Amino acid sequence: MTQLILLPILFQACLAVLLLFFYTKTKTQKVLSIAGSSVNLVIASLLFYTVWVNGSMSVQAGNWSAPFGITFVADTLAVTMVLLTAIVGFAVSVFSAFTIARDRLRFGYFSILHFLLMGLAGSFLTGDIFNLYVWFEIILISSFVLLTIGSEKKQLEGAVKYFALNMLASIMFLTALGILYGLTGTLNMADLSGKVAALENRGLVNVCALFFFIGFGIKAALFPLYAWLPDSYHAPPTAVTAIFSGLLTKVAVYALIRVFSVVFVVDEFFSQLFIILAVITIFSGGIGALVQTNIRKFFSYLIICHIGYMIIGLGLFNEIALAGMVFYLIHDVVIKTNLFLISGVIVKIKGTSDMRKLGDIYNDYPKLALLFALSLFSLIGIPPLSGFWPKVSLILGGMEADNYLTVGFILFGSFITLVVVAKLWAQVFWKSSANLEEHEDFSYFNKLRKRRKVAILFPVVFLTLVTLYIGFGAESVNTLATRIAGELINVQPYIDTVMGK
Amino acid sequence: MELLLAITIGILYASGIYMMLRRSLVKMIIGLILLGNGVNLLIFLLGRLTKGSTPIIPDGLDTFAEAYADPVPQALILTAIVISFGLQAFAIVLIKRVYKVVGTDDLDELSYNEDDETI
Repeated sequence: MTQLILLPILFQACLAVLLLFFYTKTKTQKVLSIAGSSVNLVIASLLFYTVWVNGSMSVQAGNWSAPFGITFVADTLAVTMVLLTAIVGFAVSVFSAFTIARDRLRFGYFSILHFLLMGLAGSFLTGDIFNLYVWFEIILISSFVLLTIGSEKKQLEGAVKYFALNMLASIMFLTALGILYGLTGTLNMADLSGKVAALENRGLVNVCALFFFIGFGIKAALFPLYAWLPDSYHAPPTAVTAIFSGLLTKVAVYALIRVFSVVFVVDEFFSQLFIILAVITIFSGGIGALVQTNIRKFFSYLIICHIGYMIIGLGLFNEIALAGMVFYLIHDVVIKTNLFLISGVIVKIKGTSDMRKLGDIYNDYPKLALLFALSLFSLIGIPPLSGFWPKVSLILGGMEADNYLTVGFILFGSFITLVVVAKLWAQVFWKSSANLEEHEDFSYFNKLRKRRKVAILFPVVFLTLVTLYIGFGAESVNTLATRIAGELINVQPYIDTVMGK
Repeated sequence: MELLLAITIGILYASGIYMMLRRSLVKMIIGLILLGNGVNLLIFLLGRLTKGSTPIIPDGLDTFAEAYADPVPQALILTAIVISFGLQAFAIVLIKRVYKVVGTDDLDELSYNEDDETI
């Protein structure tokens, strides 16, 4: 039964290779990708259910017992992330099939997309820190290709910035790995846990932890290292940006959570560092969003703003704050993907992503506007929608730690999100749009056939329903988040699962 | 030997970061390559330099008969080299494309702000 852990990775790998055989047959690729993503959703749910009922599981690759071989661990946090990846992957796969231009699909778009999803599943499930590096590189190279496929000018320019900073982050990560191996002589995270705690040379341990933090911090778009994100996320097709925004920054947050719960401890210094950087991230992301005129750059800054919430949770490191952090992570993966899909639909309707020229969405498509409003309200965190509940937990966590700076900034972050979303609503939905000249080679939403319209809106509706479930089913999600928080504070069961005790 | 390697690694990191801070695209890639090599040497150094034999237990014995070299850092470096090779190959193709499309290798001039219609 433990072999089930490897299934999400292996299935995506097989699917990606299978898609390569239909390199030029875009229709077959679409069908295969959507069908494969649905099957993956079933696999991920099955894995989630198994772990939820039976507790954490581990499998040793090649039957080399831990800590010598590579271990794959499915604890509650990992399987939750795998399930979220499957949900987002399914939505993006459907959205890609109906919006990405044929020229792009003919360069192996779907195959690379599934390699990216494989890398994500791998990095969530691995229990070996060097293996985590390898999965990160798989994610990185797939994302480079997805970012540049089509070779438009702005894509290439965004790709240079994305490439340089992410390569630097990988090098930092590898440096930290080298130091850690030199100190302990092991790479298994569970094994590292005890060995790092027993080390005498605390100075070098802290330097090593800082290198990990810088490496993951660049990838998670934390202040002051986020500049690459808004400069590259507006360039590729919306479906690509949607999966990037939903999962790529979050996989770095996941790695931070994993490394700073299992391997290192969040001591006074790191707690202060996380909280200070997180509040500046919230501040600068929110202020950055305020002045944007491109709808996708606007959402990119909101990604940065909301990364801060999760890092605050990690900095506070008490049970209720961690539960809030995990809840926010679950909410954020779904909502950020949905926001970019929505921006894609808006661009598809109007043919521009400039907020100064956009408008009239409410007038022309009132039902769509209502659908989008649900997601925007969830983003702000209006009760009882999904953004509200994790913030309550985070604020309670901040009060428990007597850290009122975090409480203030969590409230400030919500407020600034409200302001920018109100601005977005006024400009894109209520204002009357400028006279836009029609592009000849652009397929506008209202000229599409009905079936295609439904297909484009389906992923948005699907993700909105998931968001609504997170909001209205907050009790069950909170049970899940609290259980994960408990596992993060007490890592002994994780270690026992890996070591096979 | 350790000291010499440590100094080399320091120089590689320093020059790599210096090159990355330059404005030219080509120099940025060279900087990344230097940093990548610095990391590989760092892992090699931190895996301890020992004059040992191959880590294979001879027939009829339960433990190592003599000092052996740790194989893990070598496996790590090999993996890291292969990965960085792939990424560097991609980077070189990317800057060639960028140079062709944008017509400059100055990073400061890569700020395209025109409205976009990609979906």
